[in-house]
Amino acid sequence: MTTDNQSRVVLSVEGVTIDTRPAGRKPIVRDISFDVKEGETVCVVGESGSGKSVTSMAVMGLLPKDALQVSKGRILLDGEDVLQVSAARMRALRAAGVAMVFQEPMTALNPVKTVGEQIDEVLRLHTKDSAAQRRKKVLEMMERVHLPDVTRIYKAFPHELSGGQRQRIVIAMALILRPRLLLADEPTTALDVTTQKQILHLIKELQEQEKTAVVFVTHDFGVVSEIADRIVVMNRGELVETGTRDEILTAPKQDYTRMLVSSVPSLIPRRSPVTGQPKVLEVVGLVKRYGKKGLISDHSVLAAQEVSFTVHKGEITGIIGESGSGKSTVARCVMRLTDPSQGAVVVNGQDIVPMRRLRDVRKQVQYIFQDPYRSLNPRRTIGQSLMEGLINYGIDEGEARRRAGETLELVNMPASVMNRYPHQFSGGQRQRIAIARAVVMKPDLLIADEAVSALDVTVQAQVLRLLEDIRANTGVSILFITHDLRVAAQICNTVVVMQKGRIVEQGAAGDVLANPRHDYTRALIDAAPAPDWDFQNFRPAAGMPGMAPA
Amino acid sequence: MLGFVVKRVLSAIPVLFMVAVIVFMVLRLSPGDPAVMIAGPNATTEQLQDLRESMGLNRPLLEQLFLWLGDIARGDFGVSLVSGKAVTELVLDRLGPTIALSLTTILLAVAVALPLGVIAAWQQGRWLDRLVMAGSVLGFSVPVFIIGYVMILIFARYLGWFPVQGYKPLSEGIGAFASRLVLPTVALSFPYIALIARIVRTNVIEVMGEDYIRTARAKGQTERGVMTGHALRNAAVPIVTIIGVSITMLISGVVVTESVFNIPGLGRLVLEAVLARDYTVIQAVILLFSTIYVFINLAVDLLYGFFDPRIRY
Repeated sequence: MTTDNQSRVVLSVEGVTIDTRPAGRKPIVRDISFDVKEGETVCVVGESGSGKSVTSMAVMGLLPKDALQVSKGRILLDGEDVLQVSAARMRALRAAGVAMVFQEPMTALNPVKTVGEQIDEVLRLHTKDSAAQRRKKVLEMMERVHLPDVTRIYKAFPHELSGGQRQRIVIAMALILRPRLLLADEPTTALDVTTQKQILHLIKELQEQEKTAVVFVTHDFGVVSEIADRIVVMNRGELVETGTRDEILTAPKQDYTRMLVSSVPSLIPRRSPVTGQPKVLEVVGLVKRYGKKGLISDHSVLAAQEVSFTVHKGEITGIIGESGSGKSTVARCVMRLTDPSQGAVVVNGQDIVPMRRLRDVRKQVQYIFQDPYRSLNPRRTIGQSLMEGLINYGIDEGEARRRAGETLELVNMPASVMNRYPHQFSGGQRQRIAIARAVVMKPDLLIADEAVSALDVTVQAQVLRLLEDIRANTGVSILFITHDLRVAAQICNTVVVMQKGRIVEQGAAGDVLANPRHDYTRALIDAAPAPDWDFQNFRPAAGMPGMAPA
Repeated sequence: MLGFVVKRVLSAIPVLFMVAVIVFMVLRLSPGDPAVMIAGPNATTEQLQDLRESMGLNRPLLEQLFLWLGDIARGDFGVSLVSGKAVTELVLDRLGPTIALSLTTILLAVAVALPLGVIAAWQQGRWLDRLVMAGSVLGFSVPVFIIGYVMILIFARYLGWFPVQGYKPLSEGIGAFASRLVLPTVALSFPYIALIARIVRTNVIEVMGEDYIRTARAKGQTERGVMTGHALRNAAVPIVTIIGVSITMLISGVVVTESVFNIPGLGRLVLEAVLARDYTVIQAVILLFSTIYVFINLAVDLLYGFFDPRIRY
């Protein structure tokens, strides 16, 4: 990638301030300046609320008119200030001069139009080509983003394609007119790691062919370390630091950058299995079949087959897998939120599969969900949410209140928050509350289903530390469901790797993650961005698998 | 798509069969002897016996059901107990006005409500939106018979633009036919305009917040293109649903309108039949209305599949 001074500046953001409308509140983005050159990839990194997405929307002229406006500064695209141009000129610039790839390939495409039509729309709007010429160009572009069987996919609707295929369609749509600048807003965040790797590679490949300038908005330092030429770090609407990839990753100047980079969990497993403790959970030959198996036709899906593993007291066991691997199905079976088709789930020596009354088991096994914004009832105070379970199990209100207060302190929240409502807390605080809600029941087993996936890295690091503390203090076992190998390496004693409903490999985290025996585990580790970088120590990691010897 | 259509159409058949059985049972299972109900309190035992014989009431229930279903299949709904005319003929005579009025009403309602709803959504929160929404509250709240009489008073009595009441079939000239339909159509369409406009507005606003709308804008699509090319079709499913519901409500609502405007339609026929306890006519009309409902629902289902490819299973 060229970053020499001769290449032309494509995008120049000069002192941009974005205010809420009507003005009066604190600006969303304050006095941001950075340049992007031809063929260069600039990563804009920051946590949620840093203003990174708003900045990229401003470049596209897509800020919601009623809510936000650029109040100061200039945004120059090849020298033309996009803030001054007419609406018609801005429309002409979109797709032709500056294009965008969005985070959610599931929702970024119109569900009622074929994907071919949707790519074609760009050509219809911006060129005078005939229908036949356009079709040819669309099919060519679909081939360039490595979609298989393009004439069939042309006629497909978005819901008929996988997430990775949809994101390729979005990229084809963005790049078909060879724009000078590509804005990519978390384009791989919703994808599995193996798909993410392919998409990152694809963007890079097309960028090299066309010398496109790329602004890549992301919160993921793994991705950043793989693709960035330069990095812009943002925090709460302000630009914290800019520099080349190596400057920021090895020698960040600002404290915030240091904290952000060092919060990225490393892939090096840190814990060994617990020995000499009783089994809390034993899953034996678990099978879950969704749908019916008819006499002639078989519409059923095996979401889990022959799944067996054990969790000991005080142990954190990770179930690792991509979407569709069956990891959440297993978790739901353990909680009997769904009924297993076959097999046994033994909790504290008792098989819960044939049980009718689940009340007693429910207390022993508690669940922490992925999305802290939706897992707490918005109309109940924190105190009510925490005490409800205890009162259901016959504890009187005074005692329940006392225990709720204690548990809140355990998750580093003051007991005084009991009278407040969930919307008054940030995502990280809510997840602490959700953890307290589970822990207050004094369960033997916690199931954490992607419990830190929706959190920013710094918050994620705090919550992981918190879970570790709770395990140490209470001796609870944790079944930790995640797609993120880094997180698993941080916290798990043992791991179970799942693919397409089957366990492909299991064992001590140190063995499985450092010396994977199964091809799939190896592929997962290879696909994890920047496996060879030790973020916590600001240096390349030594002795990691999948990495070329230094 | 073809498989979806065939499946839906086939699934309507058992529903129609069930409807017919229920309609049959309602009369047979009502308390008391149907013959007594039909013949009235003053009939002699002999008259009742004759009636049972002629209606086949002394045969087993199942046999009666199949005989009756066979009659229906041939289009024979029996004779009116009051006038002695064939029910099929009576109903067909009255079908024209009702269908004409229902069709013009729903067409007018959709033609007015769709643009109103889109404009309100587009101007969300501004005065035009408020105006449309205030008007829709009014249109929904004022009963049809009040709107109807007020319109008769203004446009027929004072201005004399249209005839006060009545109905002329299309065969007597388009002018005579249309002029008598204008006032009832407008009066009847008010609540449906209000209802459909509201649903259109709500759904268009919701769709306009979706990610793919942002994608369309990012492609350089104009606001008009975003609305017509992306938003409307995605908002279509709930809108089609409410239009379907509106048609069924319309058909059951014509009883009132036909009375106000003195139109000899099905609504009036039902009213007369109920007052005269003309059971065979009531039975036939219930069956007809139910069949229409089944077909409207079928049409709505098929339209879902047309508008949203994800529904074609």
